[in-house]
Amino acid sequence: MKSQLPVVEIKDLVAGYLPGVNILNGANLVANQGELIGIIGPNGAGKSTLLKAIFGQVKVRSGSVSLNGEDITGLKAEKLVSRGVGMVPQNNNVFPSLTIEENLQMGVYQKPQLFNERLDFVLSLFAELKNRLSQRAGSLSGGERQMVAMGRALMMNPTVLLLDEPSAGLSPVRQDEAFIRVSDINKAGVTTIMVEQNARRCLQICDRGYVLDQGKDAYSGSGRDLLNDPKVIGLYLGTLGA
Amino acid sequence: MPNKSLDLHVGEAKPGCAKKDPIMIVDKLTKSFGGLKAVDVDHLEIPRNAITALIGPNGAGKTTLFNLLTGFDTGDTGTWLFNGKKLAGVPAFKVAQLGEVRTFQLTKALSLLTVLENMKLGAKNQKGEKLLPALLPAIWKSQEKQVEEKAIEILKKFKLYEKKDDFAASLSGGQRKLLEMARALMIDPTLVMLDEPMAGVNPALTESLLEHILNLKSSGMTVLFIEHDMHMVRHIADWVVVMAEGKVVAEGEAHSVMKDQAVIDAYLGSHQELDLGEVTGRVNK
Repeated sequence: MKSQLPVVEIKDLVAGYLPGVNILNGANLVANQGELIGIIGPNGAGKSTLLKAIFGQVKVRSGSVSLNGEDITGLKAEKLVSRGVGMVPQNNNVFPSLTIEENLQMGVYQKPQLFNERLDFVLSLFAELKNRLSQRAGSLSGGERQMVAMGRALMMNPTVLLLDEPSAGLSPVRQDEAFIRVSDINKAGVTTIMVEQNARRCLQICDRGYVLDQGKDAYSGSGRDLLNDPKVIGLYLGTLGA
Repeated sequence: MPNKSLDLHVGEAKPGCAKKDPIMIVDKLTKSFGGLKAVDVDHLEIPRNAITALIGPNGAGKTTLFNLLTGFDTGDTGTWLFNGKKLAGVPAFKVAQLGEVRTFQLTKALSLLTVLENMKLGAKNQKGEKLLPALLPAIWKSQEKQVEEKAIEILKKFKLYEKKDDFAASLSGGQRKLLEMARALMIDPTLVMLDEPMAGVNPALTESLLEHILNLKSSGMTVLFIEHDMHMVRHIADWVVVMAEGKVVAEGEAHSVMKDQAVIDAYLGSHQELDLGEVTGRVNK
């Protein structure tokens, strides 16, 4: 029966930073085994806050987050990592003074015995890193850093991977590479939840998408349906890229 | 599609090509940071009363070039003429007073001033700026009133009028971008330079932002903007300049530059026109 439970289920989540000001106002989301979920929406809709709330970085005021049916609401980040939640933040996502290999080691510090096996997996996804393991992460470009950050999150063999705007600040060719990378990770079997500003690209690759607006899931559906939904186009996608 | 200004250049469209009516002429401009040559522009002309896009990979030197041309940074060598006037060594505030204004990638609104105060600060030659006249309201009161009227008129155009008494800090990222652009117009510029106007702006807001940029051109101004959003570049740019590793590597009209193989390899990638769902095999054609 367990396999039929959603990997991640968020119910009526309310969360915020300042007293009395809620950023999330009852958000709901379900990610099933092996799905690639995209979250889009306007500035300030609560997209990044939703990821932070799953990852224990912002206080949940009400509602719940469960992982494979178990309640994980409000658990600390390190507990979540050991339970199989991986997170790739948007900025400051590598240790710049450490090498690529050391960054990947940091990802698995709770279970060092996994290192060799997981390193093989990560390098099979990101072959570009293979010959550069001794290079300092601080000397990498934005796209490369993000590859290391994703690799580090994958070292713990996560059940679900959370990605905060993987294409932010990258030029068009690097953005496309980032999306293809996300798709590859997901195809390797990792359930993935991705927040994105580049909504059109995000919906092109995700299985299902959620449009977040004012802290609530305003629309949801398959990536394709949302891409073609006139309401979603008018309010969130714009017609320029069509 | 908006009306494009055509026929801007002389001869072949190539890096450094001459323009029929340039508002800015850059020559041998360089700037190094340590061992890295961030800007190394041999010759570049920006066409007047047109919209020029400056594109290129991260680290190509686009923002550094903006910083040099606006006096926010000083170059190692080189000269540039704006409206025929040499600008090397001229400080940023004077550059702005001469009619060349810019916005920033990360907006620089004064967050603890209201939206209206931010606007009023943008006006030039205010009589109350000097100590003694500042003490005598009679000297600046009427000018202050004109400045405020102008600010309100621009805020209305940018749909920020309702926010005029709010602190700039309370605006969303997209609204701050609009405020910066609106503030730039307070000094009646001839050249408006926008650093990634679309970055972080909700797609639904982009259309109104585009409208504003097109309006700048139709009211006689010249626009130079840095942008990664190629839909926007294709939609409004009359001319496109491509930089890589500090140099201008391609120039031309948007549709031809975007077909340039070197630009595709270095910057756009081969998937530009494709649906990534199909590229990754997640969706059948």
